[in-house]
Amino acid sequence: MSSRDFWRAAALSLVFLAVLLGVWHLATLPRQQASAANDEYAKLMGKGAKKTEGLPTPAQIGETAWKHLADPFYDRGSNDKGIGIQLAYSLARVGLGYALAILFAVPLGFLIGMSPLMHRALDPFIQVLKPISPLAWMPIALYTIKDSSVSGVFVIFICSVWPMLINTAHGVASVRRDWLNVARTLEVKPLRRAFLVILPAAAPTILTGMRISMGIAWLVIVAAEMLVGGTGIGYFVWNEWNNLNLANVIFAILTIGVVGMALDLAIGRLQKLVTYVD
Amino acid sequence: MPAFDNPFDPDVRLGAACGCGEHGSQAEHEADSAGDEPASRDAETLNGRVIQSAVMRALFPRDATRRRFLAAVGSSGALAAISSVVPFGALEAMAQDKGSLEKKDLKIGFIPITCATPLIMADPLGFYRKQGLNVTLNKTAGWALIRDKMLNKEHDASHFLSPMPLAISLGLGSAAQAMNVATIQNINGQAITLHVKHKDKRDPKQWKGFKFAVPFDYSMHNFLLRYYVAEHGLDPDTDIQIRVTPPPEMVANLRAGNIDGFLGPDPFNQRAVYDEVGFIHILSKDLWDGHPCCAFGVSDAFIKENPNTFAALYRAVLTSAAMAREARNRPLIAEVISPPNYLNQPVTVVEQVLTGKFADGLGNVKNVPDRADFDPFPWQSMAVWILTQMKRWGYIKGDVDYRQIAEKVFLVADARKHMAELEMKAPARSYARFKVMGKEFDPAKPDAYLASFAIRKAA
Repeated sequence: MSSRDFWRAAALSLVFLAVLLGVWHLATLPRQQASAANDEYAKLMGKGAKKTEGLPTPAQIGETAWKHLADPFYDRGSNDKGIGIQLAYSLARVGLGYALAILFAVPLGFLIGMSPLMHRALDPFIQVLKPISPLAWMPIALYTIKDSSVSGVFVIFICSVWPMLINTAHGVASVRRDWLNVARTLEVKPLRRAFLVILPAAAPTILTGMRISMGIAWLVIVAAEMLVGGTGIGYFVWNEWNNLNLANVIFAILTIGVVGMALDLAIGRLQKLVTYVD
Repeated sequence: MPAFDNPFDPDVRLGAACGCGEHGSQAEHEADSAGDEPASRDAETLNGRVIQSAVMRALFPRDATRRRFLAAVGSSGALAAISSVVPFGALEAMAQDKGSLEKKDLKIGFIPITCATPLIMADPLGFYRKQGLNVTLNKTAGWALIRDKMLNKEHDASHFLSPMPLAISLGLGSAAQAMNVATIQNINGQAITLHVKHKDKRDPKQWKGFKFAVPFDYSMHNFLLRYYVAEHGLDPDTDIQIRVTPPPEMVANLRAGNIDGFLGPDPFNQRAVYDEVGFIHILSKDLWDGHPCCAFGVSDAFIKENPNTFAALYRAVLTSAAMAREARNRPLIAEVISPPNYLNQPVTVVEQVLTGKFADGLGNVKNVPDRADFDPFPWQSMAVWILTQMKRWGYIKGDVDYRQIAEKVFLVADARKHMAELEMKAPARSYARFKVMGKEFDPAKPDAYLASFAIRKAA
């Protein structure tokens, strides 16, 4: 992409953003309210006080965002922590579940990829377990693990394991025959062959699986935390929904989007490092 | 002085005749109230006696039966026989609460609703700290999770819907675990809220096909809503739809039109009015004045392992309840429980719920000071009523030993003891008659009560 194209795309993005904000602003302009007959009633209904009605305007979101970002690490008790602390909790859960999934899925994927017998034997299990929504595991996890935060980690593990497992197996199985044959003629030992021939060859496919997994994990953590509560960005959304405070909810949604994008970009970078040209 | 007399003596009459149990009658009690304390005697023996008396009273409610039993086996034989069934030692250890705390760091679960007011306010007002406890209040997303976190022992104690400990103890909807109602958190304080589009459908007979939300299957909300529509001739299982919805989602669902109304906890009734999506059709107080709603509960195991901590916790919650009962404290309480750490609601909404001066959503300002109240006493008759309704709607199958379950789960003895320590008045009886929508409930005849309903699930 030439630099001229880049600037044109950027300008178009800005136009879209401006249109979006403009429509939003117009749609959420405060409407004139019929004045209530009774002053006392109006007061109890919160009229005249600072009360948001309907969807917040872009300006209100901006104000909310500034308030949260100005003090991201406050801690006012077990149920009221800053957005930075909530994000840290969510990232820690995702990181832990995701790391466990890598430790489990990559070696198993190697095994399945290298042995057609294992592939056929394990395939039915994978096919049945893969389409299960990770949140459906939550009641069973809570019942058996008996700890809600570990259950959250388990749900992240179970949702990130399948794309990694399948992609690793696929990557390992489709390493070019020629390379394996060359390795065999040179009498390379199996362990060395796995690390020096198969791993680099399959790495781009494995990383693709990991990238898909990360996307899913970040989707699921929000839902899991809304369910379990306590801490995390999902809990933050739930708590603000509880208060029907849409400005805070929208701010949290935007934050989730930005963090998700950052995670995806990071793994994308990693993926570029291991890609090779045939 | 019945409570301190040897309950294994066949000639002694048991049963409290006065508030403290020390005197033959209330008049004697008052005459003596300025006098010396029973503590001047050997406190521990007396403590033991009180417990033994309580157990004997529970086993033999009628003195004549107890006398015959004692005459037949002899008093030491009776003690041995009953000790083999009832752990007097453990009960006595439980009663000695002035000792050191077994556990200081506690986790307590709650749902962000005004029902939990005593549990919540004890934190910002320092009542837990005053008892030497370091309590973390965990806001929890729904009642099923409250149940699971108690079964998992992630929470040491919890805010419950008062039917939940009964259901958990019976193993309904979960593995059975002995769970207790230590105190009732609140009485009244709920309402039926309808969508504003139903302003002219105030007669429940017009509600056929309506969709209602309640917070949980085992909730007073579910039982009261069923009772209310059934009294108006609708079968709650076939004529209307009842969905379990977490309270925070009720207002959002009402706005979206997914439900026509809900019998839910405050502040969400008032919040629906405040957000102009609903109006308050009827307060639950007008169905059954003084009905229990939520409870403060702990497991049997927790009480056995941490008797002193349990007592301290009990005192903290009772202190809160005593303060919350005073109308003049309500605005202050609304102020301290509304921030994001607790209810996360506008103060004016919570204040309308607690003070009872509220906008009803139809343009009127109502003044109902007892819209919500916080009487902590766990009447066992309430438990019996709940069980009759659980049976009525098919949640329990087969025969129910109402009294036995009620007395195991609702801890009146602890309530009396701790209320006395804090100089709060506790009723001497554990059962009382009350009226639900004008119909009298006699806790002595639960089966007859149950049989009197025309609309019920076929057994």
